[in-house]
Amino acid sequence: MTHDHDHAHGSGHGHHHGHGSDLTPVEARVKALESLLVEKGYIVPAALDALVEMYETKVGPHLGARVVARAWVDPTYRDRLLADATPAIAELGIGGRGGEHMVVVANTPDTHNMVVCTLCSCYPWPVLGLPPVWYKAPAYRARAVIDPRGVLADFGVGLPETTRITVWDSTAETRFMVLPMRPAGTEGFPEEALAALVTRDSMIGTGLPLSPGSEIPA
Amino acid sequence: MSTPAPQGPFSAPWEAQVFGLVVSLQEAGLFTWTEWAAALGRTIRPAGQGEQAADYGRWLETLERLLAERGVADGASLDSRTAAWHRAAHATPHGQPIRLENDPNFAAT
Repeated sequence: MTHDHDHAHGSGHGHHHGHGSDLTPVEARVKALESLLVEKGYIVPAALDALVEMYETKVGPHLGARVVARAWVDPTYRDRLLADATPAIAELGIGGRGGEHMVVVANTPDTHNMVVCTLCSCYPWPVLGLPPVWYKAPAYRARAVIDPRGVLADFGVGLPETTRITVWDSTAETRFMVLPMRPAGTEGFPEEALAALVTRDSMIGTGLPLSPGSEIPA
Repeated sequence: MSTPAPQGPFSAPWEAQVFGLVVSLQEAGLFTWTEWAAALGRTIRPAGQGEQAADYGRWLETLERLLAERGVADGASLDSRTAAWHRAAHATPHGQPIRLENDPNFAAT
């Protein structure tokens, strides 16, 4: 439970008349659910805390960026990644817990790939962390399929008319990640410098990697 | 970028707990990811209303429904446990960890 308490302050705890505490309705509901599941033996509190902490602090798009950078510098790794992504990603010590079957699709000058989950919000958690809010919104889920070029324009991505856009619909069983094209002017860059250019959106396909010199300071 | 700077994956601790519960219960075999995605898909397409965001509030709703369907926890027991947590919170000095045992009506069973 340490996780909870570290965050409890300022999250809906108004000052109550006495000196008691308050839980918001949803906070109380989740605590109720969790405590019942612990009592029934479905949940081990320490394991739950460890899982949540892992997703809050260790898992995120920086992991996917490592995969992309490796594929950019190592053609044989790239081949393995595109042929069978789950074990190739596991080679870098990444994976497990909610990733299921990963498929990586590569952008080329002719084809740009974009990922959506039209059913709900399936997403490759172990490599990209948790999805951004817009990924879960009805507008993106619906429009990505009907008007991918318009969605890309909203994200500030303009592609040549000749570039074909392929939209991949993630499911519970198959979770897609995009391998963006390596930016020009990065010849000889070490892998870590390349990884810093790889944005989350470029791995969903709603963005492109940063250009050298424009990367966000770590 | 048209998206705001990321500040971590969850906007509140309860969201993280809901996510963790769902992953843990899937690992415990209570449901498969396919069943989860289908159930969440139903939640965000309520009859007669527009499609909704698949946010953590909808995750919670979906989880409650699955647990009721599987006979793990029904709505009534969840309601009464929720009330117990509210009583426990009111009885806990501000800044102290809120524990279910702080509920004045708490009876160890």
